[in-house]
Amino acid sequence: MRHIIAVLLENEAGALSRVAGLFSARGYNIESLTVAPTDDPTLSRMTLVTTGNDDIVEQIKKQLNKLVDTVKLLDLCEGPHIEREMMLVKVRAERRDREELKRLVDIFRAKIIDVTDTSYVIELTGATHKLDAFIDTVAEELIIEVVRSGPTGISRGEKGLTI
Amino acid sequence: MTLSVEPDEMGADAAEGPSGPLLSGGEIVVQALADEGVECVFGYPGGAVLHIYDALFRHGALRHILVRHEQAAAHAADGYSRATGKCGVCLVTSGPGATNVVTGIATAYMDSIPMVVLTGQVPTPVIGSDAFQEVDTVGITRPCVKHNFLVKDVNELALTIRKAFYIATSGRPGPVVVDIPKDVTDPGIKVPYAYPREVRMRSYSPIEKGHSGQIRRAVELMRAAKRPVFYTGGGVVLGEASGQLTELVRESGFPITSTLMGLGAYPTSDRQFLGMLGMHGTYEANMAMHETDVLIAIGARFDDRVTGKIEHFCPNAKIIHVDVDPSSISKNVKVDVPIVGQVGKVLEEMLRLYREQPAVSGTDTALAAWWEQIAQWRALDCLQYDRTSSTIKPQFAIETLHKVTKGDLYLTSDVGQHQMFAAQFYGFDKPRRWINSGGLGTMGFGLPAAIGVQLGHPDAQVACVSGEASILMCIQELATCMQYGLPIKVILLNNGYMGMVRQWQEFFYDGRYAHSYVDAVPDFVKLAESFGHVGMRVERPEELESAMQEAFAMTDRFVFLDVVVDPTENVYPMIAAGKGQHEMQLSPSLSDRELA
Repeated sequence: MRHIIAVLLENEAGALSRVAGLFSARGYNIESLTVAPTDDPTLSRMTLVTTGNDDIVEQIKKQLNKLVDTVKLLDLCEGPHIEREMMLVKVRAERRDREELKRLVDIFRAKIIDVTDTSYVIELTGATHKLDAFIDTVAEELIIEVVRSGPTGISRGEKGLTI
Repeated sequence: MTLSVEPDEMGADAAEGPSGPLLSGGEIVVQALADEGVECVFGYPGGAVLHIYDALFRHGALRHILVRHEQAAAHAADGYSRATGKCGVCLVTSGPGATNVVTGIATAYMDSIPMVVLTGQVPTPVIGSDAFQEVDTVGITRPCVKHNFLVKDVNELALTIRKAFYIATSGRPGPVVVDIPKDVTDPGIKVPYAYPREVRMRSYSPIEKGHSGQIRRAVELMRAAKRPVFYTGGGVVLGEASGQLTELVRESGFPITSTLMGLGAYPTSDRQFLGMLGMHGTYEANMAMHETDVLIAIGARFDDRVTGKIEHFCPNAKIIHVDVDPSSISKNVKVDVPIVGQVGKVLEEMLRLYREQPAVSGTDTALAAWWEQIAQWRALDCLQYDRTSSTIKPQFAIETLHKVTKGDLYLTSDVGQHQMFAAQFYGFDKPRRWINSGGLGTMGFGLPAAIGVQLGHPDAQVACVSGEASILMCIQELATCMQYGLPIKVILLNNGYMGMVRQWQEFFYDGRYAHSYVDAVPDFVKLAESFGHVGMRVERPEELESAMQEAFAMTDRFVFLDVVVDPTENVYPMIAAGKGQHEMQLSPSLSDRELA
């Protein structure tokens, strides 16, 4: 099963490599990993997406918690949560394809953020499956480049993952 | 705040800063170790740590032991820690100094030994430029340390060293590396020094007390158990909980078995002790594990050398697991009652509740029947060997060692058959007496570890059981033993083979002994003598005891006793890889008998 784990880490050099090293050393799957400092500059927040059965995910959480740099973590999939990923797609936009691409952008509530005579850059935010759906919808030969941030997420309700 | 002043003599005339004396980074390292209460540092100098060595020289009061290879510095610090319970410390230079300690760090990490390793690093401005003797020490050691630090600012040096000791010695202990670039120890840059007494880290707070509800559940299971067994490991030794364990085991009357790492936490000569369990454990210990209905695992980690094939592990048991490390729980084997906490505290609570709870009726007779079953397994005498042999059997050598030393040694070992024979036959009635590399299985550990043990216990009898293959891996340490006058006794079980490799090749590779015969074994007597030690050689069983007596009578000399043993002896019982605990291979004299 897919899990989204949010981790608060000390914002120290090497903290990211400890997490990455843990996953490779113990043979855990890692689908994506995003990390950035939080409003408190001494803390980083990492969101990682992993898959595995319950026992493996339990071990992953314990091993992450064991890292000396880990302050706190939360498996977002244990409760209601919101997941978002950002994607930038560069597409070929010749005259005959422009209208159709614009329609798709509207349907998916995406934005065109760069325009040339022959191309668009489209920005789209949403859950991972929505981004997948957009890619599936656009004709394959029009896609020049796809950039995805990897999912990040937050729990619903007033409780927060803070210290 | 960084203050630059001229290099200055350290000591009484050192300038005082706003919150303490002004010290250079090198002086801070030495003073911090002294303030931490460190008694000796095992190390080897080199370019990147020269400022620290100069500060050490000028400080004068901190004992430094010069080894002959950095790997030995780590093993010696490790052995010192295992024997004394204190944190081991080593100091090495950058590059090859750092890579040479990696084996020692990994050895300590696998067995959860508290150790602080200080490594020199190239100056910060050239880090990343492939400078002379530069390696990414923090990167290389990351997978085999509890934590590591790169100190880039001299102002953070004292706090980082304090944190390193705190992390290494608390929770589940382990090695911590502090990588210190040369410019950080510059004698020309002095900063105010104050060693922090307390350190708090928001990201690190080891659990102490176990969950009382879980402890209650565990005690209820124990009270209702019909075929219980304690399975204890190195965590009991590390947690200094041997007294509490002994009390609970005696109070309950349950049988107990121990892992290789846990030997000595409960007296092995006691009637309730079933012997070691696992791959080379006793028949009675492994059968009891297989048949138990309540397994009480304490400070043990369900290692593959213990469990055998997981599917066959304790098939009928409810499992209670006490461990200080949450990630040890249900890692290899699913447990029914997990208790995370310091082993000693949890055992005290268990004992209190156990005494409060009434016995469940019928369990007395069940326990008596269980002991009767165990007595039958014991009667098999699974450790028997040929006592009439005209060659020295390795088992006989260890039994004789026990007799001559009255079981009172601090005994280190290397890795292989001799290690298993020592574990099976020496017997340890006290914790911290049996010192070996269990998790990583590091050949070459024994001799340098014995150096650390002897320095930790200057008046104790220290011996190292080794093989002719293992001992050569750190043989250069004979020089260290000479320099510091360490009266260690090496008991070499010399069978001319890498015995354990040979045994596996005999069992699983149809006797194709690929490269397990050591074709050019040196004359160990001459070798020992060339380092200034006493060398002795014994070939006949009837000469062994007097030779050992002679060796141990030389209380101020290092003696290397080369014991020529039967080259074809194997370690039994044995659970082959992929087999269940109950599927033991017994010694040939027993294996034709019908077994359960």
